[in-house]
Amino acid sequence: MNDWQPAASREALRQRARMLAGIRAFFAQANVLEVATPMLSHAATTDVQIDSFTVTSGAQPRYLHTSPEFPMKRLLAAGSGDIYQICQVFRVDEAGRLHNPEFSLLEWYRVGWDTGQLIEEVVSLIQTAADALGRRAPIHVRRMSYAQAFHEALALDAHAATVQQLCAAGEHFGLGVVGRLDRDGWLDVLLSECVAAGFPADSLTVIDAYPASQAALARIRPGTPPVAERFEVFVGPVELANGFHELADAHEQAARFTRDNRRRGELGRAQMPADERLLAALAAGFPDCAGVALGLDRLLMWLGGWERIDQVLAFPWARA
Amino acid sequence: MATYSTSEFKNGLKIMLDGDPYNIVENEFVKPGKGQAFNRVKIRNLKSGRVIDKTFKSGESVEAADVVDVDMQYLYTDGEFWHFMVPDTFEQYAAGEAALADAKPWLKEQDVCIVTLWNGQPLSVTPPNFVELKIVETDPGIRGDTATGGTKPATLETGAVVKVPLFIEEGEVLKVDTRTGEYVSRVK
Repeated sequence: MNDWQPAASREALRQRARMLAGIRAFFAQANVLEVATPMLSHAATTDVQIDSFTVTSGAQPRYLHTSPEFPMKRLLAAGSGDIYQICQVFRVDEAGRLHNPEFSLLEWYRVGWDTGQLIEEVVSLIQTAADALGRRAPIHVRRMSYAQAFHEALALDAHAATVQQLCAAGEHFGLGVVGRLDRDGWLDVLLSECVAAGFPADSLTVIDAYPASQAALARIRPGTPPVAERFEVFVGPVELANGFHELADAHEQAARFTRDNRRRGELGRAQMPADERLLAALAAGFPDCAGVALGLDRLLMWLGGWERIDQVLAFPWARA
Repeated sequence: MATYSTSEFKNGLKIMLDGDPYNIVENEFVKPGKGQAFNRVKIRNLKSGRVIDKTFKSGESVEAADVVDVDMQYLYTDGEFWHFMVPDTFEQYAAGEAALADAKPWLKEQDVCIVTLWNGQPLSVTPPNFVELKIVETDPGIRGDTATGGTKPATLETGAVVKVPLFIEEGEVLKVDTRTGEYVSRVK
């Protein structure tokens, strides 16, 4: 047995250290405060598609965070101003070439900003990380709405198409799906297998204006159709960052927690204790702000030209 | 009936899909951060050999294909079927031409092959990794030439043609790697 040894090469470990130093310098210069919040919480995410690890602690379980977003929003409500955090987060069963159940996330919030400003900063941050690894060439960036991306790849109106039309577009593309999917399930599979799969390998592609049904913690901009003020950044076909113009309405947030938990119940997933402290913080007054989470292991994979997430982790899941 | 969940998917797993047995060739977990998880898989139809791409919704269960690999001795062919026997039980199986596609050039009577059975029917035959076969035809050998690296074709007793070094003679027995179809050595 030699699985005591790290999976990442010394070169990958050095690259990670340089990337982290570059990111911290970036935020120091921008006057964004580094913070630390608990990994173990009384509450958990109710996100329908994300499962939290449970840790027993006496009679009351605690949950490992899947993202530091809830306590960071409590800091924002308490008047912290701009903040960032680099931490390990945990998601059950997410293991594969691009997934490790424990991974590194960079999360940051900008008070008074909207998604447009934050997207520009995400791009500068990625450029800074690239520079820190000695890659001087400017990164090419493409921007389009969710609707445009679907229209270009599949000639489909992502906001109006029925499940039958989404299914037919997938079949026409040569996608063989096994299992019954709802509308959002079809949008997810088409986005990753048909739309993002065609994104140019060495560019960043930024998609915004997500369907309202996929708002997560983003505000919904009324209109026809209403869209979520949410964006994602892809490097080639790989999802790298997910950002929101943050929902500030405590009532709507509570309704989303309840709806998520109902949906989890329908799918046979455990219903999770919603974060009442987050709801109280929003009710107390939450600043207008935009926030984003960026997967640091995947960023390092891209910058260092690594194929598998294991190559950039000292001790991936199997060796942890 | 045994089933596999997508979380158990791995290369080599044999599953049923639309009534046919398949072998998983590649499996990749795919999940948008906030979205539905999938397994992107390449699977080989064990009857036709054709490889196709499928996207399984994570958490789906599929029926396991009732496929087993059994060591059997090759007995003879009657031209239509190739007959095999399980050495321990003397049970005999007849495999059709489709199951023999890759194995035919390497089959020698008495050799022990792996016969893959699906519902008790031979689906495919895998010859031993190395077989020893006699040369029935090749150009005369060049004496003393053991180092120049040149090759020539040699026809073996099963009809297979392999490239051999120039010094090899008709009537000699060769060891051949059936996975690559390459000459390994002379057998004394």
